[in-house]
Order: sequence, then C-alpha cells, then structure tokens
Amino acid sequence: MAQFKLPANSRITDGKTWSAPAGAGKTRRFRVYRWNPDEGQNPRVDTYEVDMDSCGPMVLDALIKIKNEIDPTLTFRRSCREGICGSCAMNIDGTNTLACTKACDDVDGDVRIYPLPHMPVVKDLVPDLTHFYAQYASIKPWMQTQTPAPPDSERLQSKDDRAKLDGLYECILCACCSTSCPSYWWNGDRYLGPAILLQAYRWIVDSRDENTGERLDDLEDPFKLYRCHTIMNCTRTCPKGLNPAKAIGEIKKLMIERRT
Amino acid sequence: MNLRTPIKTARGLGSAKDGVHHWWMQRLTAIALVPLVLWFVFCVASLSGGDYETVRAWVSQPFTTVMLVLLIAVVFYHAQLGLQVVIEDYISAKAPQLTALIVVKFLAVLMAVIGIVAVLRIAFGG
Repeated sequence: MAQFKLPANSRITDGKTWSAPAGAGKTRRFRVYRWNPDEGQNPRVDTYEVDMDSCGPMVLDALIKIKNEIDPTLTFRRSCREGICGSCAMNIDGTNTLACTKACDDVDGDVRIYPLPHMPVVKDLVPDLTHFYAQYASIKPWMQTQTPAPPDSERLQSKDDRAKLDGLYECILCACCSTSCPSYWWNGDRYLGPAILLQAYRWIVDSRDENTGERLDDLEDPFKLYRCHTIMNCTRTCPKGLNPAKAIGEIKKLMIERRT
Repeated sequence: MNLRTPIKTARGLGSAKDGVHHWWMQRLTAIALVPLVLWFVFCVASLSGGDYETVRAWVSQPFTTVMLVLLIAVVFYHAQLGLQVVIEDYISAKAPQLTALIVVKFLAVLMAVIGIVAVLRIAFGG
C-alpha cells in the first residue's frame, strides 16, 4: 500500500565535491543529481564549485562549463541555448524550467539541479521521454480535413481565428509542465498531461482543422482528460509563460458545450 | 523486455467516451451545496439551545423536510463523486481500487437512505 520512502536503490546519497580551482574569483556551488545505469549504484548528488567570474550567466552555461572544465562525465541534453528547443528542461532550485533561460542569479544559495521529476532517468539529468512523445503522437498533432487542401494556395484563416492559436503554438514540448503535475506523476500512464492536452487544444481550436469532434471524442475519458484537477502547477512552471491549465479548461467547456 | 511500441502503450484501451457526466455532476452538486449548506448552518445555529421538541417540530415543517432530504441526497452524491476521483488517483492496483470504489458507492447510498428515512420518519411518523 502506501509507500513513504523511496525504494532502497533509488535513495539519493551524497556524492563527490569538486572544489574550485586555486585563484578562482566569485564561486558558486552547484549540487547536481548524478546517476549512471552502468555503475549499479544509487543516485548521488555531486557538488561542483564553479568560478562565476569566467562563467556565463545562465544555469546551462554553468553546466557546460562543468562538463568542459571539471567533469566530462556529467550528462545532460541541450541544443539551442535560447529557450526554443526545450532540450535542457530540468528541475532547478525546485522548479521545472529550461537551464538555458534560468539565470544563476535568480537562485538563492546553492543551485540544486535534478532531472525532470517522476520520469525514468536514462543518465544524470537525461529523462526518458518516450511515453511523453508517444502520447503526443496519439493525439494526431497534424491538420486533419475532409476538404482537400487548395492546390495552389494556403488554407486561409481569419485574423481572429489565427489569434486563437496565440498562447498555444509557442509550446515547445519541453515537458516541464507535465512533469510538474501530480496527476501526471500518479497516472501518467493514462493521463495525457498538460503539455499534450494544450497541444490537443491547439488542433481543436484551429479553424482550419475539420476533425474537431473526433478529437474531442478521443479526449473524452476519465483518465486521458479528467485527471486534471486544476492544480495549476503546469501554468506556474511553464518556462514559456503559457497557460496549459486554461487550455484544459477550454477543452472541458467544449465537452459541455457539445452536449447542452 | 517490452516489445510493444510506445504508441501502443500510449493509446492503451482508447477513450472511454465518458467522464463529462461525472465532471458536470460534481460541479452541479457543488453549486447546489452552497445554498443548502448555508441554510443548514444558519438553521442549526438558530436552533442552538432549543430542546428536543423544538428541533423535532422544526424538522417536520414541510419546507425543512424538503431541504433536509435535498441536502442529504446532494451531500452523499457529491461525496461519492469526489471520493471516486481520490480513489482513482491514488489507488493504482486494480483489485483494491475496484473494492474501494464499490465500498464507497454502497456506503454513500446506505448513509443517504438512512438520513432521508430518518427525516421522513420525523416528518410523517408523528
């Protein structure tokens, strides 16, 4: 039944401390989650003292500096370093966010860095997002119409209808929101989670898509949609400032609208 | 080893095409409970210090009887809907989950019937 402690092989231990080099200026301590499946050991938290005088301002800059200059075994995902690819989503100072847009100065004290919560860990800060991506594919995130596409032009949309996609199209699928959601932690196998539901709404509300009803049919489920209990962690944590909770609320309103 | 594709797992058993009714009823009963509970709390407060016969006479007034029956029915319907969500959220093993759901639903009906019969007995029993 209820389990109040992590399983023995998941408990986090204290790891190594890498002291700042002699002659370092202003230093900052980064406490980073480490786990390597090949070592067969428990996860640990390593402490890196980083010379901030020769480090960029963002948490990602510090991670790259650690990997380049202190410990090349540290593993994390990163790509665009400007908040548009979503690769470097991780839990920093207790909040899911993008390492590349989170300034070290915005964190008080030691900078604690963990992988996205409640996901299987591949190594260190790299979570396994296979199921998350499969859930995304399951909502068929592409235009579906009966009307054939115009042969010689785009599918047109009024300015008002285009404006309905604002706040939705910006989602980069970094998974910060879904992995901050307790409902997704407990029932992520069946609950689609805020990111995927926001994406689903992005296609439901698109004036050019003609499969609105089928999309709503597919979501009308106690687990896929209605595990959302308006906890709002998703909106609070979104590094792009979007509002997945509102998108889910709009889906629930449409579910009522089509039966009344 | 899991040989199923990720999409097979994600799509699972598909949509139940259900859940709107549960969600809507939870909201409707919540709205109904606002006046019902306010009325009940106000009445109980104004009856404080009253003796047995005073309360009995109050319950047997037609308006009070109607409101109490409504209150009891809506409270247990709402409680049962809410507890169902809690059980589905936190009990993932299928057998205990189903057992808990059945127990909660049966208990809710049992207690609602007990409450309503008690009110009606006072109202009509004389």
